Amino acid sequence: MGKIEWAMWANEQALASGLILLTGGIVGVAGQFRGWQFAAYGVAAGVFVCLLEYPRGKRSKGTSVARTGQYCFTVCVKAFGPLTRNYYVRAFLHAAICVPGGFMLATVLGCVCLGIASLIYLAAAIRGEHWEPILPRTETQRKPVPPSIKNPPSNPPPRPPPEMRRKRVDDLEGAAYDNPIPVTANEY
Amino acid sequence: MGNWIINHGLTSFILVVWMGINIFLFVWFYFFYDLGDQFFYTRHILGSALAWARAPAAVLNFNCLLILLPVCRNLLSLLRGSFVCCGRTMRKQLDKNLSFHKLVAYMIGLMTAVHMIAHLLNVEWYNNSRQGVYDKLSTALSNLEDSDNTTYLNPIRTTDIIPTYFVFTTIAGLTGVIITLCLILIITSSMEVIRRSYFEVFWYTHHLFVIFFAGLVFHGAGRIVRSQNMDTIPPHNFTFCKDRSDDWGRIPECPIPQFRGGFPQTWMWVIGPMVLYLCERLLRFIRYMQAVRYRKIVMRPSKVLELQLVKNGFTMEVGQYVFLNCPAISQLEWHPFTMTSAPEEDFFSVHIRSAGDWTNKLISIMEHLGSKCEILRRDWVLMGVDGPFGTASEDVFDYEVAMLVGAGIGVTPFASILKSIWYKFKESNPKLRTRKIYFYWLCRETHAFEWFADLLQVLEKEMDERGMGDFLTYNLYLTGWDQNLTNAVTVRFDEDTDVVTGLKQKTHYGRPIWDKEFEKVRKENPTSVVGTFLCGPEALAKVLEKKCAKYSDVDPRKTKFYFNKENF
Repeated sequence: MGKIEWAMWANEQALASGLILLTGGIVGVAGQFRGWQFAAYGVAAGVFVCLLEYPRGKRSKGTSVARTGQYCFTVCVKAFGPLTRNYYVRAFLHAAICVPGGFMLATVLGCVCLGIASLIYLAAAIRGEHWEPILPRTETQRKPVPPSIKNPPSNPPPRPPPEMRRKRVDDLEGAAYDNPIPVTANEY
Repeated sequence: MGNWIINHGLTSFILVVWMGINIFLFVWFYFFYDLGDQFFYTRHILGSALAWARAPAAVLNFNCLLILLPVCRNLLSLLRGSFVCCGRTMRKQLDKNLSFHKLVAYMIGLMTAVHMIAHLLNVEWYNNSRQGVYDKLSTALSNLEDSDNTTYLNPIRTTDIIPTYFVFTTIAGLTGVIITLCLILIITSSMEVIRRSYFEVFWYTHHLFVIFFAGLVFHGAGRIVRSQNMDTIPPHNFTFCKDRSDDWGRIPECPIPQFRGGFPQTWMWVIGPMVLYLCERLLRFIRYMQAVRYRKIVMRPSKVLELQLVKNGFTMEVGQYVFLNCPAISQLEWHPFTMTSAPEEDFFSVHIRSAGDWTNKLISIMEHLGSKCEILRRDWVLMGVDGPFGTASEDVFDYEVAMLVGAGIGVTPFASILKSIWYKFKESNPKLRTRKIYFYWLCRETHAFEWFADLLQVLEKEMDERGMGDFLTYNLYLTGWDQNLTNAVTVRFDEDTDVVTGLKQKTHYGRPIWDKEFEKVRKENPTSVVGTFLCGPEALAKVLEKKCAKYSDVDPRKTKFYFNKENF
């Protein structure tokens, strides 16, 4: 598993945890459970985690796939600078956020999932990963595929006059020319 | 409309049947628990949350049964073989096994969420009832003891616990939390982003399904869903007795109501597929233990490794794939590779391109061994082979006319198909109904596929020798051309063979214009059934599917295009 960027999985896990925490919190508040204050906290914490984790970070190797509509979230998250860039901060933040969720049944699952996400972020931080925003590029990355030629050309190609095109058997040295493209052999 | 039915009808029918069964199970069990007399007292405490918890549980049972089946590849190969009579439309459904697996997984996720929320409410209300917060009847029910002549209804037996404590000290609660956690981890690591980039994480985390199924089977063992025993003598009539809870046991019409837990049923649903899947893995292990000999190892240009292997009793069909395992690299990883040899040859070969951790390590091991070895000693580089597993290309000989489209690395199964077609043609094999093949090879550059160009050259030569020039028409489309290439082409334009591949048929530049191609095929084959086979990216599959539908005629006498896609 040499090339894995743990942060990518941690991000998915944290986003899922945020949603679970939010759902558990809503159930706790709507059902007026005992300890509903923890459920209310769960709602707030869930929303916060979702907002923080929604924008995907840029991968150090390979193409990054952004989530739909994540640009405005990227800008907000980027504004916090080193706090959101550093994964140690995120790991400890998630660990701290998840603790109050453990005090009520409805939010316990969100708490455990967020704890796991925090551990994966810790692993990512130890390996030296950090969060880079995915920003839209101003110039196109790849040359666009040239369009196929639909019709044959209407004009003949430009040719030198006939006396130059005739095969010069009397002057073999002068008729030779250098290959414009270097020729390499197949390596077996 | 008619074309849509031909191409998508059976898939839609299967999905409708599956959804129909889900809805039926949900509604049936919902009303069973919401209207059943034996649950009257249970419902008094829990309300409709009881039914909302049990209905998804039934749907979950059904879907957990289904989820293991699409990944039993040997079972699918067996079914595919026995469906030979039922036509290719049936067999094509088996190609969509992974999509079905994902669909069932989504349903499991959704139903787990509903089930869990309903049970959160249940536990909270049971706890409140136990602490006497609700009405008299509720408190009386919850006070029922679990002793010699009374049975309890409320699984919370003491008045001083919190719901979290209850969940973690009962079998149902503990297993529920653990398996939901496993499910969440499985789902997050199966997201497309993670799966495509870090296959190992996806594969290893997916094995949490073992814990999932183990927990699932024991989830109901605690029997905490209680129903009233209506067969007591004398009977307890709840309509009469529900307002007389003080008199229970003191008047003859109202003996103390007795309750019993529901019999756990999940194991009955999932035991069959679990056994089948266990057999699959055993089969893989047995195959892994069988000796695999190296016949030849060739390093092809652009870091492509060709392995020619021999295994006792190994038979294959065209376009099938095998799973390879190399314990020297990783004990637990099995990676799929399409076979590039034809069944008529006495060995099987794979071409492995450098594409990730495992493949890179394999190529570097082989490079160090030195190329072109003969038979290696078995303990030098062990290789386990599982398979072969079937894909749609087995059907390619049934079509009179075949359009084969290979994009990039997707050209690999077609190496096997073309070789096999040529062998069959030489032997005049009656199984071969194909009379004409149109082969489209799309790639950005021929880098890493020079071996395939060599194969085409050989075939081209042999066909010329027999005067069969128009049996196979192949078109190579280079989508990533640049100025250097055009210079080379313009200089050598009047030569017989193509400057890039050395083949007689010239290379095209840019993407193919599919409308033109389909028109051409339709014109040249006005009455045939044409099979279109693609191994390539999803976007191209959508395009080709649309074109097949567009150019097919519902009239059975005219040309009809059927679309088949390879997937791994």
